[in-house]
Amino acid sequence: MTETAFDGTDMTGAGRTPRGAVRRQLRRRGAVTIGLLAAVLAVPLLPLDPLSVDPFARGLPPAFAFPFGTDLLGRDVLARTLAALAVSAQVGLAAAAVSTAIALAFAVAATFSQTADRIVGVLTELALGLPHFVLVLMVAYAAGGGMTGVILGVALTHWPRLSRVLRHEAQTVAAADYVRISRALGRSRGWIARHHMVPHLLPQLVAGFVLIFPHAILHEAGLSFIGLGIEPHLPSIGIMLADSLRGLMAGHWWVALFPGLGLVLLALAFEMFGETLRRAADPREGVA
Amino acid sequence: MLKARAITHAFGAVSVLDEVDFDLSPGEIIGLAGPSGAGKSTLGRILAGHLLPNAGRVEIDGAPLMLRAGLPCPVQYAPQTSEMSVDPRWRVNRILRNGATPDPESLRILGIQPEWASRFPAELSGGELTRVSLARMVLPSTRYLVCDEITAPLDALSAEDTLWALRRLAGRGVGILLISHNQNLLKRHVKRRYQLCFGHPRLQVD
Repeated sequence: MTETAFDGTDMTGAGRTPRGAVRRQLRRRGAVTIGLLAAVLAVPLLPLDPLSVDPFARGLPPAFAFPFGTDLLGRDVLARTLAALAVSAQVGLAAAAVSTAIALAFAVAATFSQTADRIVGVLTELALGLPHFVLVLMVAYAAGGGMTGVILGVALTHWPRLSRVLRHEAQTVAAADYVRISRALGRSRGWIARHHMVPHLLPQLVAGFVLIFPHAILHEAGLSFIGLGIEPHLPSIGIMLADSLRGLMAGHWWVALFPGLGLVLLALAFEMFGETLRRAADPREGVA
Repeated sequence: MLKARAITHAFGAVSVLDEVDFDLSPGEIIGLAGPSGAGKSTLGRILAGHLLPNAGRVEIDGAPLMLRAGLPCPVQYAPQTSEMSVDPRWRVNRILRNGATPDPESLRILGIQPEWASRFPAELSGGELTRVSLARMVLPSTRYLVCDEITAPLDALSAEDTLWALRRLAGRGVGILLISHNQNLLKRHVKRRYQLCFGHPRLQVD
């Protein structure tokens, strides 16, 4: 869609402002992150076998046949790392999606009445006041562990910050002069919701979703590491790192380094993408 | 004719306006001065239908004034221009179309430059933004304009430019209420001035 100015001039090529730099960074980081995510999610389609055990290839260092080496049971660390990242990505996406939905639901509910706002406020403060990881642990344990436990544990504990941001944003917009002016200019509530509310909330929502994702995969690894996460037979970064302790004692650095690096890279990509999204969402950013 | 009769308003126990009468004719510029907290903005917002008074009525050509969805209000209230008076996410082009397609003559009078169209509010100067903010309110249906301290954040030259633009709008039949602390500015541009004094919630002709 090309945008034209009020006098008919074409506005294509607008944005050669400092904002252009933010937008370029957004495109670059977005492409890297989404590409990485797609690649990781496509891993189960590859003919890899992360579960098979080769008794004649136990504890091998990285070499041509096994680029990331093998663990003490003779399993391919490359195949396991990739499969584990795929599991992490699935858990991360599901948990971030549920968490974002909860945050949005609470933020919208808070705008209905003052009582609703107070209830949401108390719930938010309560969830923020409890130690974060303990709560994740409790929920994951109560939900019976496993993938569902991890997803619920992360989803039910990561909504408050985003919810608070969205609630504040919604209230700020609702009280702004420009909303009153739009109403005086004859615009309906629906129009104001579409043209003022959604454009302010959507970028925060997307940035929130992207920023919850790395938390989710790190928590998945943490829970799996202490045995409350993914079922032990499935490859998971947390389980691999827990298993790697024995390997490390034998000097097998590769069993810890590669899965750890994979996890850090995936989390970092999302963290950086989320940060750029947040900057791009701020209309004052880059315009000093 | 914009008429307010027996406007009475209080915030809690603090009486701000008491039985205030006010008239504004098309094409006229009236000044409203008074110290902070005297109720200038309250009166301005009541006149534009943004605020309902505790008692009294606002009429436009004998009919009561009310805000209706789908219909721009004939009285528009321009607050002091700040980050919150225009949507910071909208480009100038969109701000100008906030209510309806803007009147080219108003754009010319207010000196809106076509090259601003693709800019965000943060990329305009204070004076430019004030005029953009005003331009979106000057629709063909706009008969009265309440300007609440719109020149306060501006330097003297920009303020003077804005005032001259307002005078040209008045020349086209728009009635303007100019609320300002700046007595000199009011003296130069306004024939009739009202004063609201703190503790005496009534209008006094200056």
